[in-house]
Amino acid sequence: MRPLTGKVRVGSLNDIDPQGSRRLNVNGLEIALFRLSDDEILAVENRCPHKGGVLSEGMVCGPVVHCPLHDWRIDLRSGEALAPDKGCIETFETEVAADGTIFLTLDGSAQSSAAGPDSHSA
Amino acid sequence: MTTKRKKLVLVGNGMAGVRTIEHLLKLAPDLYEITVFGAEPHPNYNRIMLSSVLAGGASMEEIVINDLGWYRDNGITLHLGRTVTEIDPGNRKVYAEGGIEAAYDELIMATGSNAFILPIPGAEKEGVIGFRDIKDCQAMQEASRQHKKAAVIGGGLLGLEAARGLLNLGMDVTVIHINEYLMERQLDRPASIMLQKELEAQGMKFLLKKQTESVLGKQRAKGLLFKDGSMLEADLVVMAVGIRPNTALAQRSGITVERGIVVDDYMRTNLPGIHAVGECAQHRGIAYGLVAPLYEQGAVLAKRLAGIETGGYEGSVTSTKLKVSGVDVFSGGIFVEPEGARSLRYQDEIEGVYKKLVVLDDRLIGAVLFGETGEGASLFSLIKSGESIAGREKELLLGLPADALSSGGGGGGASARLEAMPADEIVCGCNGVSKGDIVSAIEGGCTSLGQVKGCTKASASCGGCKPLVEGLLQIYAGDDVVTVKEGICGCTSLSRDEIVAEIKRMGLKTVKEVMNVLDWNNEEGCSKCRPSLNYYLGMLFPAEYKDEKESRFTNERYHANIQKDGTYSVIPRIYGGVTSPTELKRIAEVAEKFAVPLVKFTGGQRLDLLGVKKEDLPGVWEALDMPSGHGYGKALRTVKTCVGSTFCRFGTQDAMGMGVRLEKAFERMNAPAKVKLAVSGCPRNCAEATVKDFGVVAIDGGWELHVGGNAGVHVRATELLGVVKTDDEVEEWASAFLQYYRENATWNERTAPWVERVGLTHIKSVLDDEEERKALHARLRDTLDRTVDPWKQIVNEPELRKNFEKLPAAQAVPAAKESGERTEEESA
Ligand code: SRM
Ligand SMILES: Cc1cc2nc3c(=O)[nH]c(=O)nc-3n(C[C@H](O)[C@H](O)[C@H](O)COP(=O)(O)OP(=O)(O)OC[C@H]3O[C@@H](n4cnc5c(N)ncnc54)[C@H](O)[C@@H]3O)c2cc1C
Ligand code: SF4
Ligand code: FES
Repeated sequence: MRPLTGKVRVGSLNDIDPQGSRRLNVNGLEIALFRLSDDEILAVENRCPHKGGVLSEGMVCGPVVHCPLHDWRIDLRSGEALAPDKGCIETFETEVAADGTIFLTLDGSAQSSAAGPDSHSA
Repeated sequence: MTTKRKKLVLVGNGMAGVRTIEHLLKLAPDLYEITVFGAEPHPNYNRIMLSSVLAGGASMEEIVINDLGWYRDNGITLHLGRTVTEIDPGNRKVYAEGGIEAAYDELIMATGSNAFILPIPGAEKEGVIGFRDIKDCQAMQEASRQHKKAAVIGGGLLGLEAARGLLNLGMDVTVIHINEYLMERQLDRPASIMLQKELEAQGMKFLLKKQTESVLGKQRAKGLLFKDGSMLEADLVVMAVGIRPNTALAQRSGITVERGIVVDDYMRTNLPGIHAVGECAQHRGIAYGLVAPLYEQGAVLAKRLAGIETGGYEGSVTSTKLKVSGVDVFSGGIFVEPEGARSLRYQDEIEGVYKKLVVLDDRLIGAVLFGETGEGASLFSLIKSGESIAGREKELLLGLPADALSSGGGGGGASARLEAMPADEIVCGCNGVSKGDIVSAIEGGCTSLGQVKGCTKASASCGGCKPLVEGLLQIYAGDDVVTVKEGICGCTSLSRDEIVAEIKRMGLKTVKEVMNVLDWNNEEGCSKCRPSLNYYLGMLFPAEYKDEKESRFTNERYHANIQKDGTYSVIPRIYGGVTSPTELKRIAEVAEKFAVPLVKFTGGQRLDLLGVKKEDLPGVWEALDMPSGHGYGKALRTVKTCVGSTFCRFGTQDAMGMGVRLEKAFERMNAPAKVKLAVSGCPRNCAEATVKDFGVVAIDGGWELHVGGNAGVHVRATELLGVVKTDDEVEEWASAFLQYYRENATWNERTAPWVERVGLTHIKSVLDDEEERKALHARLRDTLDRTVDPWKQIVNEPELRKNFEKLPAAQAVPAAKESGERTEEESA
């Protein structure tokens, strides 16, 4: 299977609680989808730049998630850690259709660097 | 006509040298054409903060004092990574690596010190380093990634700070010290012993009165051999045994050198046009190793170079603080009584406080503080001012606040002293901020400690000078002073009690409402206030309030404990630690079925299944069919028991039965912090009830009730609440105590600090009132009767259960549909 690229459908608004998050595997990479209190959907790589904490499990305050492991704050729009911490994770463009369907745009980089089992076709 | 600028060359791009240049630029910005040589490849940085960098509290970038832009803006020619190798005093020229040369009219030597490496066999091995610069810091961080055991030779300031940093990096650290007690150059014996105990509690190990003979190992250090024949395994050896002024270049160039480069009161060496400042200089026989004196030297030299009239440098009295978190140590002046001096001491081994003042001819000449160091800065300024403290000695020892002192008469107090302080005296030693700098910041409009900190950096590093800065604010900002009150978090300035009062008064019903109405400055709060508001609302309105899972920490949202790799651990409830073969078999089967990586007995008498994948949690709970043990929550955790009279020959009561009863009575109880109970069958106390939040100890014919114990970070033994006769009374008193705690403690405050804060007498007086006690008991019962087991709830409700599963695989959107508003059709 070739890696998915471009726009993909990943679920619907109702799948995610407000100020909550769901996880998703794409091309061997784990992505966290967050739903803010105003129903905006943001998607980031599910890995804290600090020590790899799973951000999907963190507390969402505005457009920021607190990492559950050591409380770093990550801006979900830019992927940047808030000061005084420094670090950055990948973000993905999202779109919510009127019926609540969520789309994600994957560029070529949305793959895990290690060649996963599905990176070659049989 | 422009006059030609004179040429100034600085050798050594460190704290003292660059500070002198900064000062000079302020006094005479256009006098010199300046060239700086630095052997390190970095711009001037705050060497003091290397300890914080190592301990993980600061990043390398944060400690830069003058970035490259600063040099550029001030027209300074900077040669980084270029060591000056030769000085030609006859032709007034310096030569550096890379064939660079520079002529000078005035030359400043500020070459600092080198870490002293013991000349013992093996000292050259890989893995043996000093602690002096960024390179050393990186070497230690690197080593901690690959190695486990570190030895720090030297139990002084630097050694202990290095050791603390290495502990933070996860290493097993042993400090080797030649003396019989630590930091003997700053502390006397009692303070040193208290320090050692505290550091041992943090996990540091010590080998005292040990002399290192050699470093063992082939290419890389493997261990140390001591004079007494014993050995220690170590794959990183940090030598922090002292520093040696870096004088080799000066010596080669014909400058007089003893221990350091010899200078007079104007920082002049024996050769014309050559000066020295900082750790490399020796003034009146002393080479200093702290920044405050270096800054004082730099101020004198800067004025000289600027052509401004100034008195000479007369030497400094020094003070030190140990920058290790959780340990407060201050030492200043002469702390070992010289002939004719007298001293006052205060020692409190319960609170871990020690204070010693050394007085000579009615003047304070030295002080050592341990545990409580708030007065350090004001005592230090008394030492420096040399004023009489006759009649005030005890006040000073017992540490009354500054304003109490100033009203105390007797030759001017703290504020008089601050007023008399000369403008160029350094208030903040870490950042070299003088009284003058602070006063001009205040005159420029700073009215709070935070603003002064922001403008001048005073008190921004170790914080030791905070009382002085506050004092200066009082004097120079007067009525304008703003004391910024600290709220429960950065989102509000309100305290816990104010918030709870407002919630009650206005009947606020959701977290969002509280944040809106009480004017939170972060619309959606933060990870501190959200869970606390959620707790207070639930506690106040058990019937109406709907718990907001999005305002709970991960662990409490998913009812399991998150692990570092994102998996979770599962601890089912095992009432009183009593289980059965059937239950054990079931746990075993579940562990096998879900391939649980590790099964462990917890310290709380139950079983923990560790490493469970999030998506498996509901399945595991379902298969276990046991209630949640709440091992993850600010809630009732365990009720530990001993076998009691059921089997034990000493048991006086049925401890297991009582434990099970209490656990059933209080399970699912949310609280400000976690709550642990225990029941022991006799005063031998095998269930360790006297370090629990609520501990019950059986005696012949009754039960002792103990409260406020803790066996965690700060061990605290319980205090006796009282003795009761019947089992029902035990439950009623426990219930009333817990509810009173729930209603009054601050979120995240365990019973131990809470009992300490409000006092057992107060709690007793409330619970002794039978009516009140029964009312509290009833309120908790009512709250608990409304709770349900969270695991069952999640297992049964798809809407909750979905949050544990991953979303199904993403589906490609056919190109043609991509721009469409929406797509209903399934993709092919
Ligand atoms: C599992 C267990 C260790 C074990 O394998 O034995 C454990 C594991 C953790 N303890 Fe503990 N504590 C465990 C018994 C204890 C005990 C002993 C006891 O309860 O008898 C203590 C000291 C007693 C006390 O609390 O007074 C203890 C004092 C702490 C503390 C310090 C609390 C304090 O007030 O000072 C923390 C940190 C905290 O709560 O902030 C902590 C925090 C933790 C956390 C939750 C850290 C975290 O936030 O991730 C650990 C979770 C590990 C994990 O990934 O699952 N654990 N912890 C024990 C579970 C007992 C149980 O059955 O529920
Ligand atoms: C980990 C640590 C913690 C500390 N904590 C404290 C504290 O809490 N409080 C306190 O007061 N002090 C503390 N100190 C001491 C303080 O950092 C020093 O006193 C201060 O940095 C000395 O300043 P300096 O300019 O004399 O020397 P340095 O800052 O060492 O600067 C000298 C510079 O000159 C360079 N150099 C040397 N020879 C040459 C040459 N030939 N050519 C070009 N460049 C050369 C060196 O590479 C160095 O960069 C601490 C020190 C360390 C290492
Ligand atoms: S289980 Fe407790 S003591 Fe052990 S590492 Fe975790 S928090 Fe520390
Ligand atoms: S892993 Fe995210 S804060 Fe440490």
